[in-house]
Amino acid sequence: MTTEAILPARAGTADATAPVLRQQVLVLYLADSSLDSHVVGWSRYDGTGRTSPTTGDSDEPPYESGVAALRDGWRLFQAAQLIPPYPGHEYDVSFLKHEFFFERIVDASAP
Amino acid sequence: MENRKELLSSVQMARFVARGSLRLDAVVPAELNAEGLKVLADDVPPVPYGTPLSAAYPEGSFVRRLLELPRVAGALRSLVGPEPWVDHHFVHTREPRGGDAQALHGDAIIDVRPDAFDVQLMYYPQAVTLEMGGTLSVPGSHLRRTNESDTGRYQNLRGQDRLVCPAGTVVFLHHGLWHGGRRNDSDTLRYMFKIRFNPTVRQQRLWDTSDLHDPQVNAELDAMFPWYEGATGRLERYNRILLWRALTGDDSYDLDHWVTRVSNRPKGTVA
Repeated sequence: MTTEAILPARAGTADATAPVLRQQVLVLYLADSSLDSHVVGWSRYDGTGRTSPTTGDSDEPPYESGVAALRDGWRLFQAAQLIPPYPGHEYDVSFLKHEFFFERIVDASAP
Repeated sequence: MENRKELLSSVQMARFVARGSLRLDAVVPAELNAEGLKVLADDVPPVPYGTPLSAAYPEGSFVRRLLELPRVAGALRSLVGPEPWVDHHFVHTREPRGGDAQALHGDAIIDVRPDAFDVQLMYYPQAVTLEMGGTLSVPGSHLRRTNESDTGRYQNLRGQDRLVCPAGTVVFLHHGLWHGGRRNDSDTLRYMFKIRFNPTVRQQRLWDTSDLHDPQVNAELDAMFPWYEGATGRLERYNRILLWRALTGDDSYDLDHWVTRVSNRPKGTVA
């Protein structure tokens, strides 16, 4: 397979029948390091441009757990590492620890 | 400003320590709100950083009268004490059907003082609807060690507070609380006036402590918020206990043994 063959079409330049593949990203923050624990936070990014998710736009999560997102077709591509606390900072609280990135490739040319 | 003040109770202070905010609904009367809208539309002249409160706003001015309202003055006195410095103030506006939501952030820079905090007064002269993009804040986020908008990746957290409030509402925020102005999807220009205050005295027992041993104090300090990861939620309690110790001067205070357990290092030997 050549490099060209796996590059997505550029919107507006592909022939009318070629799919225009774009990435949608879902970030779920879970209650513990297990993918089946419940969702405590969520962010969405839409490479199709059809939607513009933003800060504070919903109070209810799109899924109840990471596994629920898998079942709906989202593909996990990154999970947060488990990093031991730095000595002397064992009681510090900072960023959310259990962050999981999912993607879905969609055809942006589809109606 | 030695007018009448309605100090906060210990239960209210404990709630502030747990949540990182205190909300006073419709505490400003309608006529002052009407005046406030005009004043904010014209902007409020800046004051130099660190101006003592008594010198920051002229006698009789709108801001002075706002801060002299007994419940506002009492909350401010309870949180930061008498004669705080005015760090700065700013008139925030959210244009109708315009602009983006702010990234979730903490103001200024990372600030991890264990025994002192600034407060930010946020005043809303109009009723704020959900569509008007009221301030988003995340209860219990104020003790997180993060810097400014590094939290911008987080769009929504369970239990977040999307402010909807009546006109004349005043909210006090701990300096570390994650917050941001939401996108205004209404046709109404939205105003919020913010003043940041720095304490000039030790923040210890500045409120009405007559209910210090009310069981509700423990209940407030024990709050868990829906966005907390289970394990980190326990650390949040630990850090809250330390802050409550600093504010009360009671180094023996504990909640369910959280701090005592991990600081217990007996020195005695068996005879």
